[in-house]
Amino acid sequence: MTTDVLTDHHADHEDHKMTGIKRWLYTTNHKDIGTLYLWFSFIMFLTGGALAMVIRMELFQPGLQIVEPDFFNQLTTVHGLVMVFGAIMPAFVGLANWMIPMMIGAPDMALPRMNNWSFWILPFAFAILLSSFFMESGAPNFGWTFYAPLSTTYSNGSTAFFVFAVHIMGISSIMGAINVVVTIMNLRAPGMTYMKMPLFVWTFFITAYLLIAVMPVLAGVVTMVLTDTYFGTSFFNAAGGGDPVMFQHIFWFFGHPEVYIMILPAFGVVSTTIPTFARKKLFGYSSMVYATASIAVLSFIVWAHHMFTTGMPLFGELFFMYCTMLIAVPTGVKVFNWMATMWRGSISFETPMLFSIAFVILFTIGGFSGLMLAMTPVDFQYHDTYFVVAHFHYVLVTGSLFSIFAAAYYWLPKWTGHMYNDTLSKWHFWCSLISVNLLFFPMHFLGLAGMPRRIPDYALQFADFNKWVSIGGFAFGLSQLIFLAVVIKCIKGGEKAPAKPWDGAEGLEWTVASPAPYHTFSTPPKID
Amino acid sequence: MNKGTDPEMLEQQPKQAQKTNKLVKKLVLIVFAMFGFGFALVPLYDVFCDITGLNGKTNDTAAVYAADGVDTSRNIRVQFISQITSGMPWQFAPITKEVTVHPGELKLVKFYAKNESSQDLVGQAVPSISPGIAHSYFQKIECFCFNQQPLKAQEAVEMAVQFYIDPELPADITTVTLSYTLFNVTESVKQSVIAKN
Repeated sequence: MTTDVLTDHHADHEDHKMTGIKRWLYTTNHKDIGTLYLWFSFIMFLTGGALAMVIRMELFQPGLQIVEPDFFNQLTTVHGLVMVFGAIMPAFVGLANWMIPMMIGAPDMALPRMNNWSFWILPFAFAILLSSFFMESGAPNFGWTFYAPLSTTYSNGSTAFFVFAVHIMGISSIMGAINVVVTIMNLRAPGMTYMKMPLFVWTFFITAYLLIAVMPVLAGVVTMVLTDTYFGTSFFNAAGGGDPVMFQHIFWFFGHPEVYIMILPAFGVVSTTIPTFARKKLFGYSSMVYATASIAVLSFIVWAHHMFTTGMPLFGELFFMYCTMLIAVPTGVKVFNWMATMWRGSISFETPMLFSIAFVILFTIGGFSGLMLAMTPVDFQYHDTYFVVAHFHYVLVTGSLFSIFAAAYYWLPKWTGHMYNDTLSKWHFWCSLISVNLLFFPMHFLGLAGMPRRIPDYALQFADFNKWVSIGGFAFGLSQLIFLAVVIKCIKGGEKAPAKPWDGAEGLEWTVASPAPYHTFSTPPKID
Repeated sequence: MNKGTDPEMLEQQPKQAQKTNKLVKKLVLIVFAMFGFGFALVPLYDVFCDITGLNGKTNDTAAVYAADGVDTSRNIRVQFISQITSGMPWQFAPITKEVTVHPGELKLVKFYAKNESSQDLVGQAVPSISPGIAHSYFQKIECFCFNQQPLKAQEAVEMAVQFYIDPELPADITTVTLSYTLFNVTESVKQSVIAKN
């Protein structure tokens, strides 16, 4: 009994929180930091979305309407950077911060102060990046892939801002990843063995290792771009003995694992939601873990499939083609496991489940177009067309983003203590689902017909499809405001959520009250 | 964060902290190692290209003629092409567009360059060979690409390349193309001169 009294005393002491802005600036609480990450990523999502809206306005009709070609390039570049590093990645880190300690029965992240840092340097990174829009030289215009010599010899003067912004984003990601690894390896509750961890924890654990392995390579390559541009080195300058193609090799050595960094946590999310709403155990838990790990390992030996057209020995082309196709095997294992989980389950279609089912179908479409792109001979036709744009938006928007929505709806009751407005959330789902397909599906055909990406104008025969794509884009953008409304309503009030609002849910996070108390699992739970 | 007064917990905390520190150190080490690996890819790429001829780079210092005689049974077409990067106001073209040589035979061809601007400029020609696999058999004894080419305003010059093809050249290669790209390096030369003074 004495322990109880003392714990209460401590709880009192610790709940003596700072107020106002200081609470958020100085916080080391994983739930506060998770919330910060999630809000930040949503703001970035709207920012990147606003840029995409301008892109779609320009492409609504053939010819140049509202923006100059150079500014169009700035829009596509910053849209990509903001969505990848500002929206998708921080959203997953936010989910990890909120959920991983609760899922493994830990009191907090292992390195709470570093956690505070890894979040609070992010806004500065994006302030640096976005401020370049208001400068004479303009924002980066060389594509989010910043190929040399576009970012070095032909840079518009924004390279330094870009490089330092990426450095800060990288440091933030690395610190976040180290924190996750240490938390998972050292703070699991007694009895929580590795093969008992929820799949979201597993996928983020593997993602964190990917981040630790490749973000430093990104830091290296942006440093080379910086010194090539401003300090006279010749890493990528043929006149000085360098090679611009080497840039692509180093960049994609980072870049390919990076795309799995953005999708593996999504696998974790739907592996959590689908069993819940199918009211069945996840089919093939251990095969899911091994599939995730093998995707992560394979991601290091496929990078050159992004550069088939740079000229490669035939052996190289075949090697990278077959390795890429090999990834379809563990990915297929996952898709079939999700289907098997739903098979003969008592499925109910709550909003998180709707987003998860949409994820499985639409992500698979993105996976199939990826297989098409992996074939070297046809890649020569698809390369740098809208087919590629369609492919990676299917995996990143209807893949990663839809899983983030699923996660948000799934855990909102735990975060806020209220149920979200069901009707509005269904509106959000159906509007998003219809508009996103109107937005991205015709892009496949545009690409097959030869419309190049990153160009502000196009041939007349593409006009009709582009009009529909733009309409889909505006509708999808507007649909996301419904999500904002749902979240704000849910925070402000709504039906009280029980500790476990989903009857099929499993996991430690549902054993604590809703909203989750500021401190959970100060004494670790026992797991059998 | 202080977690209760359970004596067992209190005992475990320093141990826990030690474990955490050790793991963090290992992970930070991986981060630095991977940062280094990013830079190590630069020389690795050169080695890789040297073996496979991936980027078509030829020897950048003079080779010594070391063929064991001429293989008159084979004829190899050697084509020469030139490119000028933007912002380089020079004329630059091969005088001989194509020659036929036997493997092992020494050959000399000339390129013409003229600075058409009213400023003194420094050019650097960078060679590249196709097919890339031929790169280790194409040996340059003498080449203007080994040095930078300073040309005064309106000055013209004929520049020589002397080469031979190693008789070991794989039998399926009958044509090689040597391409020179001319870069304007005036600015970087000026900078390094300033830096030296």
